Amino acid sequence: MDDNSPQTTETRMPPIVIRRATRDDLRHLVDLDGRITGRPKPDYWDDLYERFATRRLEERFFLVAETENGKDAGRIAGYVIGEVRAWEFGSEPCGWIFGFAVDPDLRLSGIGERLFQDITGRIRATGIHTIRTMVSRDNRLVMAFFRSEGMRAGPYIQLEMELET
Amino acid sequence: MQQSTRIAILALIELASDPERQVSVSDIGQKFRVSSHHLAKVMNTLGRAGLVKSTRGVGGGYSFSGSPRRITLLDVIELFEDTSASCKLGDPTEATAPEWALYDVNREIKEMANATYGSITLATMVKQMGKYRVVTAPQDAAGGDASHTESAPV
Repeated sequence: MDDNSPQTTETRMPPIVIRRATRDDLRHLVDLDGRITGRPKPDYWDDLYERFATRRLEERFFLVAETENGKDAGRIAGYVIGEVRAWEFGSEPCGWIFGFAVDPDLRLSGIGERLFQDITGRIRATGIHTIRTMVSRDNRLVMAFFRSEGMRAGPYIQLEMELET
Repeated sequence: MQQSTRIAILALIELASDPERQVSVSDIGQKFRVSSHHLAKVMNTLGRAGLVKSTRGVGGGYSFSGSPRRITLLDVIELFEDTSASCKLGDPTEATAPEWALYDVNREIKEMANATYGSITLATMVKQMGKYRVVTAPQDAAGGDASHTESAPV
């Protein structure tokens, strides 16, 4: 199995709080995303923050998991970003999760599940009963996580093509 | 999915749902309506792969010995099947345009299937069992056919 496969060794979850992201979190989020993807994208995160943490907050959710106690208190352990979207692709209003990650050092401790449960709870509270996401089919770790939470293939199939130059 | 693969997955789900439990081949076979002879061959393969272990003697049988959160359906399928078999092209230097076009479609389907099977762990399958309940049909008062059980979505 490759590094991207579902894993098993669980660690104990540090005390965390799930809250909305603030501007002070941005540098930590850029750093976390950069460590995971290898491509720091500060402009992208600034834009995400402006769009999803400052406007229409009743249907946009930019959440972070922050450690509460100990030497790592105040550390951003993960994030999830989502919103309610309506009528895209002819779809009834539904919740979308389009950003999700947990600090690699703190994975398999339940932080991802806490983030997922928190955002799905907030989306459900808006009256929405369906959530969607999109995962690279090579990313078995994240896909296995969403599967374990009960998500499965939905009624849409993503299509794409290379444009000739 | 071939019959051996299907039996292997069902047996593993059964065992992984209670890893401490020893279950005999005949009990598993009876539950999933497959012959003990066929099941024994499947269990041997699973044993060689380290997914189950057997204990001899009274009360013996098979128990789960893998990690349910790590083993995916694709891991099990690949023990029994060549997962690339559905999209073989043959000799690429001799393949015609229609063969290439069909190969592309079959490869797309295979990649989707492998992504699906590769992301579903035995732990997830065990968890999903909670969505189903066993429906037991009432005994035929006239003494006709025996009762049967079946699973249905809750």
